[in-house]
Amino acid sequence: MQAGQDSLEKTVFEATVKIKNADGLHMRPAMQFVDIASRFESDITVSNTENEVDGKSIMQMSMLAATCGTKLRIKAEGTDAKEAVDALRELVELRHFDEPMPNEKKKQ
Amino acid sequence: MKFADFFCFKAVIPQLKAKDRDGAIVELVNSLEKPAKLGKADCKKIIKAVIKRENEASTGMGKGIAVPHVKHPATKDVVAVVGLSGSGIDFSALDKQPVYSVILLISPVDDPDKHLQAMEYIFRHLNNEKFRKFLRQCQSPEQIEDLLREADENPSL
Repeated sequence: MQAGQDSLEKTVFEATVKIKNADGLHMRPAMQFVDIASRFESDITVSNTENEVDGKSIMQMSMLAATCGTKLRIKAEGTDAKEAVDALRELVELRHFDEPMPNEKKKQ
Repeated sequence: MKFADFFCFKAVIPQLKAKDRDGAIVELVNSLEKPAKLGKADCKKIIKAVIKRENEASTGMGKGIAVPHVKHPATKDVVAVVGLSGSGIDFSALDKQPVYSVILLISPVDDPDKHLQAMEYIFRHLNNEKFRKFLRQCQSPEQIEDLLREADENPSL
C-alpha cells in the first residue's frame, strides 16, 4: 500500500439476505460462501437471530442452520466492504448457491 | 435437537480399524446397519453415496474433524455415529491435517431443515476446543455416550 492513501478507509457495509434454495445453507453452499468471503480483505460476519459467526470459517458457518426462507445479516468491515457484501448477496439471493428453489424442486 | 435425539450410541467406534478415508466410511456405515435398521443393500448404496459426496468436496473441516454425510431414502430420520482414530486418517482436510474424529451423518431426502439442524448442533459443539479434545480422548463407547449426553446437558462443556 502506498503512503498517503488515506482514502483507503475502512468502511462498514451491511445487508440482510434471504436463503432461497430449497435445501438451505448446508455444507456445499456454506463452502461457496466462505470461498467468496475469503477473497476479500474485509472482516465478514454473518448473523441470524441467535448467533454471529465468522463468514470466512466453514466450521462456524455450519452453525447457522439457515433453512430456506431464513434471513441472515451479512456485515463486512474493511476497505472492500461494499464489494464483499455485493458479491455475497449475489451468491445467496441471485444465484441461490446454484441450487434449485422449492418450486423448482417439485418439478424434478 | 440434541445428540441423544439423533446419535446412534450403540454404533459408535472408539478405535477405528480403518487407516484410510473410505475404510472409515465403510466401517461407520456398517456399524449403523443393525441399530439403525438399514439393511445390507442400503448400506452398500449409502457407502457409495457418502464416498461420492466426499470426492466432490472434503468434509474434513480442519482441527482433526470430518463430517461425511449424505441424504438417503433408506432413513426416515437423521442418524449419526462417530468413529475415532488414534493414528489419524487422511481426509484431504481443508487444513491438510489428519482427522481423528469422524462424525457420519445420514439424513432423509425430504427433510432438509432437520439435516441443517443436526449439522448446526454438531458444529456448535465441534467449534468448542474442549469438546473436540474430550471426544478425541474417549476410549470406550460408554465414554463417548457419556460425553455426548453431558454436552447435551451442558452446552458450554
